[in-house]
Amino acid sequence: MNNTEIVKQSLKRRYAREKRFQLYGRCAVLVGFVFLALLLTDIVVKALPAFSVTEIRLDVDVSREALELPVEGRLDRDAIIAVNFGGVIKKSLREAFPDVTKRKQKRELYRLVSSGAEFALQAMLVNNPDLIGDQPLRIWFKADDDVDTLYKLDTRTSRISDLQLGIIEQLRASDSIRTVFNTTLFTASDSREPEQAGIRGALLGSFWTLLVTLIVSLPVGIAAAIYLEEFAPKNRITDFIEININNLAAVPSIVFGLLGLAVFINFFGMPRSAPLVGGLVLALMTLPTIIISSRAAIKSVPPSIKEAALGVGASHMQVVFHHTLPLAMPGILTGSIIGMAQALGETAPLLMIGMVAFIVDVPGGIFDSATVLPVQIYLWSDSPERAFTALTAATILVLLGFLVVMNAIAIYLRRRFERRW
Amino acid sequence: MKKLMLTAAVSVASVALVANAYAAGRSTISVVGSSTVYPFATVVAERFGKKTSHATPKIESTGSGGGMKLFCNGIGLNTPDITNASRRIKQSEYEKCQANGVKDIIEVHVGFDGIAVANSSKAQKLELTRKDLFLALAKDVPNPDGSETLVENPYKTWKDVNPALPNIEIEVLGPPPTSGTRDAFAELAMEGGCKKFDWIKAMKKTDKSAYKSVCHNVREDGLYIEAGENDNLIVQKLDKNPNALGIFGFSFLEQNDDKVQGSVIEGKSPEFETIADGSYPISRPLYFYVKKAHMASIPGIDAFLKEFTSEAAMGEDGYLIDKGLIPLSDSEREMLRKNTLAGKTLQM
Repeated sequence: MNNTEIVKQSLKRRYAREKRFQLYGRCAVLVGFVFLALLLTDIVVKALPAFSVTEIRLDVDVSREALELPVEGRLDRDAIIAVNFGGVIKKSLREAFPDVTKRKQKRELYRLVSSGAEFALQAMLVNNPDLIGDQPLRIWFKADDDVDTLYKLDTRTSRISDLQLGIIEQLRASDSIRTVFNTTLFTASDSREPEQAGIRGALLGSFWTLLVTLIVSLPVGIAAAIYLEEFAPKNRITDFIEININNLAAVPSIVFGLLGLAVFINFFGMPRSAPLVGGLVLALMTLPTIIISSRAAIKSVPPSIKEAALGVGASHMQVVFHHTLPLAMPGILTGSIIGMAQALGETAPLLMIGMVAFIVDVPGGIFDSATVLPVQIYLWSDSPERAFTALTAATILVLLGFLVVMNAIAIYLRRRFERRW
Repeated sequence: MKKLMLTAAVSVASVALVANAYAAGRSTISVVGSSTVYPFATVVAERFGKKTSHATPKIESTGSGGGMKLFCNGIGLNTPDITNASRRIKQSEYEKCQANGVKDIIEVHVGFDGIAVANSSKAQKLELTRKDLFLALAKDVPNPDGSETLVENPYKTWKDVNPALPNIEIEVLGPPPTSGTRDAFAELAMEGGCKKFDWIKAMKKTDKSAYKSVCHNVREDGLYIEAGENDNLIVQKLDKNPNALGIFGFSFLEQNDDKVQGSVIEGKSPEFETIADGSYPISRPLYFYVKKAHMASIPGIDAFLKEFTSEAAMGEDGYLIDKGLIPLSDSEREMLRKNTLAGKTLQM
C-alpha cells in the first residue's frame, strides 16, 4: 500500500469529519439565532400595547359659570390656572352617567379617567382661553391605566369593578372610547401613572451624558493612542501602562461608579444625579476601548506611507497628523462609536452616582438631575402597575433602535473610508 | 482634522458656558431611601410638581439602610433632604445623624404595607401560620422529636411542616437579604413563628444574638430561592409554576390578583381591611425622615410635607391608597399632621 492509497482510504473519513464540523457550526449559529429571535419577538409582542393608549370622550361644560370664573371681563392666566379642573371633570362624568349616585360608586366612576386629565384640560384652556364659553367641549381624555389594560388586552383584574365594566360597555356602545397612537410615550417624562409616562426625560438624559462622555473620552483617548503608538519610547514603563490599559478594559463597570462617587461627587463636590458626573464615569469606562481600537487603527497604517513622508522631509509631527491619523480615522471612529454604544447601555456605574432616580423634569443641561434610557427600563420593570410591563418593553425597543443605528454608522464609516493595502 | 478640532473647541466652550449658568444653590428637593416607600413618594412628588410652582422632587431608590447612610452623612446641599424607610430609624443611625450634625429630624409615619405570601391562582389556596413559615424557611429548626435542640431544617414538603397542608415540595421565591421586604419578613413572619416555641423565646433574654440568628436565618439548601429585588419577576415565575410560593409587597398582589392569590395567614387574608386594622400579621410601618435644617435653604420642603400628609394623599380615599398604601387611623393621621406641620422633631 503506497501513500496515495492510504490517503485515498482516509479521504472518506476526512470529508465526513469536515461535514460534521460544518454541521456543528450551523447548529451553533442556529441556536444563537433562535434565542435572538425569541428574545426579540417577546419584547416586540410585549411592547406593542405601549404604542397605543385608550381615550374616553367627555362633554365638558366650559362656560364661565361652570369654571367659577368672573362672568364679565378679560380672563388672566393665573385665574384660569386656579380653576378646580378636577371638579369640572368629575362633574361632566356625573352628568354623563346620572345613574351613579352612591359615594363609593362615584369614586369608581371618577377613576375611569386618568388623573392627568385635569392637567390636560388646564393646559388646553390656558393655552387657548377662547375655548372658554357656553359651547361645551367634546374632549378625548386619556383613560386610567387599569381601563387601558382592560380595553386593549382584555385582561381584567379586581381593580376593575362590575360597575366600571358596565360603564365601559356603555362607552363602547356609544363610540365614546377608542385607542389612538400613544404620543405621550415620546413627549412626556417619567410618571407614576403608566398612561402619562414617557421616555423624553431619559432620552435627553442619555444625550447629555453621552455628550460629556464623547467630549472627554474622544480627545483624551486619541491623544493617548497617538502618543503611545508613535512617540513613546519602548521600555518597562510603557509596557506597564499598556498592560494596565488592557486590564482596565476588563474592569467591571460598577467599579467605575464607585470611583465616580468617591472622586467626582465626594471630593470635587459635583452635583449628584447629574449627566456631568455620569458622563465622566462612562468616559473613564470607554477610554480603554477607544485607546485600544485607536492604537490598532494607527498600527495598521502601512509603514511605507510614513517612510515616504519622512523621505520627502516631513517632520515626525507632520507624518502623524498629515498622513497616519487621517488614514487611521475610520478605524478610530468605529472603535469610538462602539465604545459609545456600550456606554449608552450601561446602568451599573450610574447606580452609585444617583442617576437611578425618579426624575420628572426634563434635563436642560449637564448639571440638571437626569436619568438615562437603560435606567428607565430598570425602574419601570420594577413598578407594580401592570401597564409598565409594556412601557418597559417599548423602551427596550427604543434603546435597541439607537444601538443598531450607532453600530450601523460605525459599519458605514468603515466601509466608506476604509482603505485596503 | 481642523473640523474636528473646531468641533472640540466649540463643545468645550459650550460646556464652560453651561457651567457658568449653573447656579450654586439647589432648588429641587432630593429624596433617597426605601424601595418600598418609593412608589408612594414618587406619586406625591409628581402631583406636587404639577400642582405647585416648585420643581418635582428627585427620588432615588437606595433601600432603607442606604438611604439612612446618605441622610446622616451631614448637612448641606450635597446631602439628601428626605429619606424614606420601610422600618423605623435605628438608635445607631440616630446617633450617627446627631454626630454628623443632622440634629433636628422630623419623623413622618406614612402608613402600612402588607407582605403577601402568594401562589398561582391555578393552585390551591394555602392556609398558613407564622409557625409554618418559620419551620418551612428557617435554616435551623427545633428538633422534630420534641427535645430542646436545634437541627438543620429537615422539612422538604409542606405536609412535613404541618400535616394539614398539602403534600407539595417547599419552594419559596423571595427577596434577597439586601431588601427591606426581607428584613420585614424575617422580623414579622419568621420571628413571629419562632416565638411560638417557649424555649426559643426564653433565649431572647439570655442570648439575644443567638435568638436573632435562629429566628432570622433563612435556609440555604435551595428551597428558598432568592429572586432578586424585582417583585414583578416573582409574580411571573409563580404564574408559570403552581407549586411555588412567593413573598412580595401587597401592592403587587393587588395589581396581579388575576394571576396570583395571597395565602391566608392565621385566618386572615392579605386584604386592605385586615392590614389596616392590624389583624393581618405580616404588615410593617412605612416612614420618611426630613432634615429640619434644610427647610430654610431648599424651597418647597414644607409644601411637600403638607401634600404628603394631606387627606387627599394619605387619607382613606387618598390617591396613595389607590397605589396600595394602607392608611393610618383617623386620629393617628390627625395627630401626625399636627406634629409634622408644627415641625416637631424626633427624640430618641
